Amino acid sequence: MEINKKAYEAYVKEVTPVHKRWPSIFRAFLVGGIICTLGQLCTSLFINGGFEKEVASAWTTLILIASSVILTGLNIYPKIVKFGGAGALVPITGFANSVVAPAVEFKSEGQIFGIGCKIFTIAGPVILYGILSSWILGVIAYVLMAFGIL
Amino acid sequence: MDYVKAFVVGGLICVVIQILMDNTKLMPGRIMVLLVVVGSILGAVGVYQPFADWAGAGATVPLLGFGNSLWKGVWKSIGEDGFIGIFKGGFTASSVGISGALIFGYLGSVIFKPRMKS
Repeated sequence: MEINKKAYEAYVKEVTPVHKRWPSIFRAFLVGGIICTLGQLCTSLFINGGFEKEVASAWTTLILIASSVILTGLNIYPKIVKFGGAGALVPITGFANSVVAPAVEFKSEGQIFGIGCKIFTIAGPVILYGILSSWILGVIAYVLMAFGIL
Repeated sequence: MDYVKAFVVGGLICVVIQILMDNTKLMPGRIMVLLVVVGSILGAVGVYQPFADWAGAGATVPLLGFGNSLWKGVWKSIGEDGFIGIFKGGFTASSVGISGALIFGYLGSVIFKPRMKS
């Protein structure tokens, strides 16, 4: 039997949960804003403490990651993600969450194929394509420099 | 003032991604890859660093900033070591973030127990 495509699409549209748009946007703004403000607070404290700007932001990264790992372990960060959507995924804390969450979930499968593999579920693609894209850009810059354009 | 800028800029970046997610149903993993790649491109064309200098944590805490620092590392290493620097700078610049996430992630997996998804 040929499946009626239009009827099927209508059905899919009907059962797909419709998110109220404005509230989700507002919540993303709120949560993302708060996380970045905490990051700024952290950076400012380290700069006032006499650290270089680069070192201060490295500390900030580390503290945000550690906080996110703890909040994920306590099952609080998933709730923040549920509430804030992109507001909780876009900051570096979302990345840390995506590293620790599968590692915890699959620890019963062992050190190598459980934690070892699954810790890279999201981190793997992010690191791969981050390194690859910056490498490509580096090659382009290098070639442009060699021709004296840059 | 730094805090207001961080809040508004960081919030707005998240709003843009939220709109993208609502319209495309892109999964978080794809979103994160996209942000890092776009961040390194914006860094390479010279847009992101001036923006980050102005917006502070509002621009460096989102993963776009991670991409930008990858590019910054590559660019700096090219200046120091030439061609081999292209292979070196990305990991140098992102070392704290990647090591931190992996090490704390591992420790977290040792300490915490899996929970049922609610």
